[in-house]
Amino acid sequence: MPMSETDVFEKVKETLVDALGVDEDEVTPEATLTGDLGAESIDFLDIVFRLEKAFSIKIPRGELFPDNILNNPDFVQNGRLTESGLKQLKERMPHADFSEFEKDPDVNKMAELFKVQTIVNYVKTKVA
Amino acid sequence: MRWIWIDKFLEFVPGKRAVAIKNVSLAEEHVHDCWEAFPTHPACLMIEGMAQTAGILVGQARNFREKVILAKVARAEFDDIVVPGDQVTFQAEIETLADEAASTRGTLLKNGKPFARVDLMFSHIDQNLSGVKFPEENFVFTGQFERLVAPLLEGADG
Repeated sequence: MPMSETDVFEKVKETLVDALGVDEDEVTPEATLTGDLGAESIDFLDIVFRLEKAFSIKIPRGELFPDNILNNPDFVQNGRLTESGLKQLKERMPHADFSEFEKDPDVNKMAELFKVQTIVNYVKTKVA
Repeated sequence: MRWIWIDKFLEFVPGKRAVAIKNVSLAEEHVHDCWEAFPTHPACLMIEGMAQTAGILVGQARNFREKVILAKVARAEFDDIVVPGDQVTFQAEIETLADEAASTRGTLLKNGKPFARVDLMFSHIDQNLSGVKFPEENFVFTGQFERLVAPLLEGADG
């Protein structure tokens, strides 16, 4: 039987509490990993390792948190994602909500795509 | 002399588990800095001892080809203090070993009794995503670290 959204969220919350040392009530669906929960680069890998264990899933590198987008000049110009960059990112992150970000695809705002809900959406596709 | 905070390995199972010990002595200068009237072996140096135990375990798992750097102290909980005359045992296990990093779980024993937990993450820094280059020579695993683990690796697979 597939896990319910609530079950996935609760387990993701537990994972983030352990990985980032945050309080349970800070982990809301809309909380951003870097801005609200203080995640740094190594934490993203820690989160991936812990999710793999918690849900018994395999997360190919770059699938949950895509890499190699920002260092491609076709995808980024003047600090903003180009149309093809945005298209590429959307394809690689079907689990993220782009509605706010695509209005102003400033690379400095990219971290806002990485929300708790983004992880929940991703994990749901893996445990379905 | 290098900053080494374990005395010797007791067990070394390549890719899985390592156990090392440290005997704390009143003859060591650092215990008197923490503190003069009541010398102790500080928790930060026990985290370093676990980082060396677990770091050598992680490094050996890839035949010391990777430069293994402590990247994160995921957990460090101590229920007791350690004073001269005590023996600290570091038990480390690899939780995850990937191309770019590894995570380890560790338990510390004081005179045989568990009293602390230290979980760590290590980065294989040549595999970093930002493409930063480091010197070719492996400056992490030099002679002293290798000599420490060599007696336990004789005849072991790995």
